[in-house]
Amino acid sequence: MRYACFALLLTWWAGSSAAFDIEESHSYPAGASELRILSTADQAVFDPILRSFQAENPEISIVYDVAGSTGVMAAIQDEGALYDLVISSAMDLQTKLANDGLAQAYLSEATARLPAWASWRDMVFAFTQEPAVLVVNDRLFRDLETPRNRAGLIELLRGNPQVFRGRIGTYDVRRSGLGYLFATQDSRNTESYWRLTEVMGRLETQLYCCSGEMITDVASGDLALAYNVLGSYARVRLKDTPGIRVVEMEDFVSVMLRSALIPMNARAVEEAGLMIDFLAGMSNRPELVQATGLPPVSLDARDGDESVLRPIRLGPGLLVFLDRMRRETFLRSWVSSVEQE
Amino acid sequence: MNGSTLSIRRRLVIQLALVAALLSVAFFLTVRGVAGNATEQTQDNILAASATSIADALYSDNGSVRVEIPYSALSMLGTVSEDRVFYHVILDGKTLTGYDDLPVPEGQSRPGVPLFDTYSYRGDSLRAVVVTRTLAAANQPRRVEVVVAQTRLGLAAISSRITTTATAIGVAFFLVATALSALAAQNALRPLSRLAEAMARRGPKDLRPVSAEAPSELAPLVGGLNSFMSRLSAALGRSEDLIVEAAHRVRTPLATVRTQAEVVHLQMEKPQNRQALRQMIRAIDESSRSAGQLLDHAMVTLRSDHLETEIVNPADLLREVVDRLGPTADLRDISIRLDLPDQPLRVRGDPILLQNAVRNILDNAIKYSPAETDIAISLSGDDICRMTFCDQGRGFEAADIARLPDRFSRGTNVGDVVGSGLGLTIVTDVARAHGGSLEIATDPKGGGACVTLVLPCC
Repeated sequence: MRYACFALLLTWWAGSSAAFDIEESHSYPAGASELRILSTADQAVFDPILRSFQAENPEISIVYDVAGSTGVMAAIQDEGALYDLVISSAMDLQTKLANDGLAQAYLSEATARLPAWASWRDMVFAFTQEPAVLVVNDRLFRDLETPRNRAGLIELLRGNPQVFRGRIGTYDVRRSGLGYLFATQDSRNTESYWRLTEVMGRLETQLYCCSGEMITDVASGDLALAYNVLGSYARVRLKDTPGIRVVEMEDFVSVMLRSALIPMNARAVEEAGLMIDFLAGMSNRPELVQATGLPPVSLDARDGDESVLRPIRLGPGLLVFLDRMRRETFLRSWVSSVEQE
Repeated sequence: MNGSTLSIRRRLVIQLALVAALLSVAFFLTVRGVAGNATEQTQDNILAASATSIADALYSDNGSVRVEIPYSALSMLGTVSEDRVFYHVILDGKTLTGYDDLPVPEGQSRPGVPLFDTYSYRGDSLRAVVVTRTLAAANQPRRVEVVVAQTRLGLAAISSRITTTATAIGVAFFLVATALSALAAQNALRPLSRLAEAMARRGPKDLRPVSAEAPSELAPLVGGLNSFMSRLSAALGRSEDLIVEAAHRVRTPLATVRTQAEVVHLQMEKPQNRQALRQMIRAIDESSRSAGQLLDHAMVTLRSDHLETEIVNPADLLREVVDRLGPTADLRDISIRLDLPDQPLRVRGDPILLQNAVRNILDNAIKYSPAETDIAISLSGDDICRMTFCDQGRGFEAADIARLPDRFSRGTNVGDVVGSGLGLTIVTDVARAHGGSLEIATDPKGGGACVTLVLPCC
């Protein structure tokens, strides 16, 4: 099993440097200049933003390509694909692009207004802050106490194995870049992360690639709870999905910052800058926030490890978990905790 | 400020400003050097700490060497600045993890001591450190090198901030120092300008030694000046003495000659001989008068320096002089009219000098008056006492008026009359010594000369 895991890991890692598949490509034709965006966010989520941007800048046509976070990395780092703007939820990969000299600096009034933690090197600009949350099945938890923190969650799982066996969901950190980011930040922030993983592994936790599927399965009752789900997606689903509840942990909440950067070889740099300004000003457009469900960067949220809401810090620290040996070690520990036979 | 003091001051200020500029530049370079070194040292220290913490995370696992890079090892590099960070872990010359093209700093490495280097990598200048460890894995010593490198943008930003601050302080220092230099130069030169002012204020005959306190640097100058003035004063005194002596020596034999001439004149019977003797007696008189005036002049000069003043009524003075010179005037049928006010006037002055002056004026008037004419003397005044002597003689030539008070200067229209040219000089000196003045003019009515002695009343 262990060797199988390594094989899987290696293919995943190799895949990141070889394959770059565009999952969807959308075109918003308008004026003469063309802005090519490569993004990890679904077109459905981003559509209101793109249309609103185009309404203000009617001369800019937009090509919106969607790929996975590793695909995005491969496209920019290895294949030199021509894009003017890269939007990704993988903060670590965005940081690496900027650190390795594959992004260009951009300065404007709008980016200057961003809090210091929301940008790095004037290259990576965060425009949303999306927390990792616990999603629970409302009906099942009518009789159970809702856990308030990770220690409480461990206690709850241990005390009710019959309820939770095979009915816990979380990211497969080997497949999901975001899951890996949340898991590594958890391991950095709390001692109880490995105990929690251990307990979840013993209860035959189901592994997922994406937040959407986890939410669907919690709603249907197949899962009792899902851990480290992207809160922004869960909140959007609350409206049309009965039977789920979103729980924010009280010890700490990792907050992912969705970010944009302009690649070194971008052509429509000016247009890309306009889009960054537009995204950085999302907090002034409540109707777009409403339409996309993407919480904008709030100017009040604090940096640092003291507050409950902890925006993951952009910067060289994120390169640590991208280190191949560190990643290998982390995945090995994670696999041995989760897949117990 | 006149040109001469400005030049010393300007030289002083320029030299002090140059010194201040040098000091400012030295300060700037020192601060930038020291602070620049300190910030570089800081970056080096953080780099070394980062590399060391990575080296500390090395471990051997089943005979292979592995490393678990601590989160803090790289995040600490991002706390101060947003610089790019690279690392490279090398096991026995082969990449274990990290950026495998990141060069290892070269140089003489000593075990346990981090080795630093600056080089270019991926288009940026990097500061890099290598920490070397030896690890035992599977009973084999393994050599591990940990390289951590960081761009120097943060350093450049700090350095430019330091440069800005150092420049601002340097410029401010220079400006303040220059302003203070100007002030100091002015202060240092103040005794000199005070001395110059004191000298400028002096009257033309004031040859007293300089008593104002002078700084030691000026003492030789003041000493030289004082000794020069005392020599000058002594020389002047000697020449006055000489004149007095000479006048005395001439006057006494002249009196004897005159008496003898008069005796001979009475004994002569031939008219032409008597005529010749009369001319001789007149010449002797003139010589005697000149010698007297020389004496007077010497006395006036002497007494002017040390006035012995008392209250004098100018009316008494005039009466006395008119009495004294009345016989001389009578000889030529010249009548003197004295016009005095009812109220007595008071003048503070040296009576001998004043009498001398008045006598010289009247003497002149009598000398230049034709026979059988009038001399009008009037005294008037309130705050200022005016003694006016008007004759009916030939008056003054307009061109002569300004230079007549000069010593031995005589009018151009009096070549036929014997005179020394000292009379008006004596009067002018006396008037000046008493704070008064002498006015000379041609009488607009009669065409004669009008001389007015003006003195302040008390």
